Amino acid sequence: MSINVSNISKSYKKVKALKGITFDVKEGELFGLIGPDGAGKTTLFRILTTLLFSDEGEANVAGYDVVSDYKDIRQSVGYMPGRFSLYQDLTVEENLNFFATIFGTTIDENYDLIKDIYIQIEPFKKRRAGQLSGGMKQKLALSCALIHKPKVLFLDEPTTGVDPVSRKEFWDMLKRLQKKGITILVSTPYMDEAALCDRIALIQDGEILEIDSPTSIVHKFPKAIYNIGANNMYQLIQSLNNYEHLYSVYPFGEFVHYADKRPSFDITELVQYLDAQGLKNISIEPTQPNIEDTFMELAKK
Amino acid sequence: MKEENVIEAQGLTKTFGDFTAVNAISFEVKKGEIFGFLGANGAGKTTAMKMLIGISKPSSGEAKVAGFDVYSQTESIKKNIGYMSQKFALYDDLTVKENINFFGGIYGLSRAKIKEKMKQLIDELGLEHIADQLVGSLPLGWKQKLSFSVSLLHEPKIVFLDEPTGGVDPITRRQFWEMIYKSANEGTTIFVTTHYMDEAEYCDRVSIMVDGRIDALDTPKMLKKQFKVDNMNDVFLKLARG
Repeated sequence: MSINVSNISKSYKKVKALKGITFDVKEGELFGLIGPDGAGKTTLFRILTTLLFSDEGEANVAGYDVVSDYKDIRQSVGYMPGRFSLYQDLTVEENLNFFATIFGTTIDENYDLIKDIYIQIEPFKKRRAGQLSGGMKQKLALSCALIHKPKVLFLDEPTTGVDPVSRKEFWDMLKRLQKKGITILVSTPYMDEAALCDRIALIQDGEILEIDSPTSIVHKFPKAIYNIGANNMYQLIQSLNNYEHLYSVYPFGEFVHYADKRPSFDITELVQYLDAQGLKNISIEPTQPNIEDTFMELAKK
Repeated sequence: MKEENVIEAQGLTKTFGDFTAVNAISFEVKKGEIFGFLGANGAGKTTAMKMLIGISKPSSGEAKVAGFDVYSQTESIKKNIGYMSQKFALYDDLTVKENINFFGGIYGLSRAKIKEKMKQLIDELGLEHIADQLVGSLPLGWKQKLSFSVSLLHEPKIVFLDEPTGGVDPITRRQFWEMIYKSANEGTTIFVTTHYMDEAEYCDRVSIMVDGRIDALDTPKMLKKQFKVDNMNDVFLKLARG
């Protein structure tokens, strides 16, 4: 196991940020922590990177204990915090050199590891980090986190606020790093990114709701789901919310995802109900649940 | 300006030195429409939005927002629009009530009107039990919902939402969109930017900016058809990657 977390709890004054978190990440695995702001993701990252003590529980990273072997952990992990934390008034190259020197290495020594990523920002290496665009800052931060060739990489919301194109490029980079044998723990509030991980933990309010592979998690959704469309989304949601057999309704793209309380039901009956509510162009089709459906289902409990 | 158009832009352009951030964009937004304004980071969305809300003067082109000119009537624009972003929302060290009072005052509402709106808003959002708590102590989702309601206090014709749901949990995100549908249904025009492509599908029409231009503008359904893909994420990837 590359990361071992056992019953970790942490409170800040009245707020319980983590409530007995337990999970393992295997060597070479790409593991996702999926949850909204305030779920406890950052607190967990800080504990695992030895920047914060937990109140209870134990954790190992790359075979080292987070409390007693903190110096070894710092040599073996790379950490990209959620907030951009490089030196804004140093240039791109100076930042990278700085991190390499701190870890007793050089850019040349591990260049092959960061080459893919760094090559994209190298034309701007004389530019101050503070002047970079969001996507470039992200690439520089990842290069700095990798420069000492870590065994385990911690990425705290690396794609938050980043557009879909840059997000896709970033995940392509993670996949390549994984192939080089680096274990990656990554957090994200974007549920669609969950599907790109080997395994995920859904986390909310300091508790893990579920841990499994993305496909297995989706299969755990207890109901059949239907895509319902109509001419007026607002009216459609209102009408379904008033329907006596409603289990859940949530907007998903151009449709809503609807689940019914009954084990099986007559679709024409629901069409008639919606029609009587004045809705037009009604369509009802079975569809597959996705990770967001499952997350919302688990979060309700 | 036609009665039903709340925004009309014609060749709207902004340059910074040699760099053209917004390159002659033209579009209209109708009353009560939910208009999605998408684009990659750096495509020019924020610059375009700043011109529309009257805080950045265009280099050339024409635009009217809520019937007012973006060159000469920027003060009237500001009074007739609402604005909310993830970065600027409410004051964390004021309570819920104090924030409503403060923004009501800023928008020039009478005391009686503020009182009425305060009650309505607190009832609708179910905030009675936390009305006297500091906004900083509320969960992000609550803040965003409250912030949206506050941006509607002065009953603007149009509200600009700049990535309103970033980092919010999926249930709250959908509750937020239900609030958007409700306002649009009541006739408020919604102008929204987002990086969640499923949210792009909630919009009546979507524009996608690439390198300062609007390269696509249509209903999500037609865009998917045009690019022969089955979701907006793929439309976006096809366009922005070329």
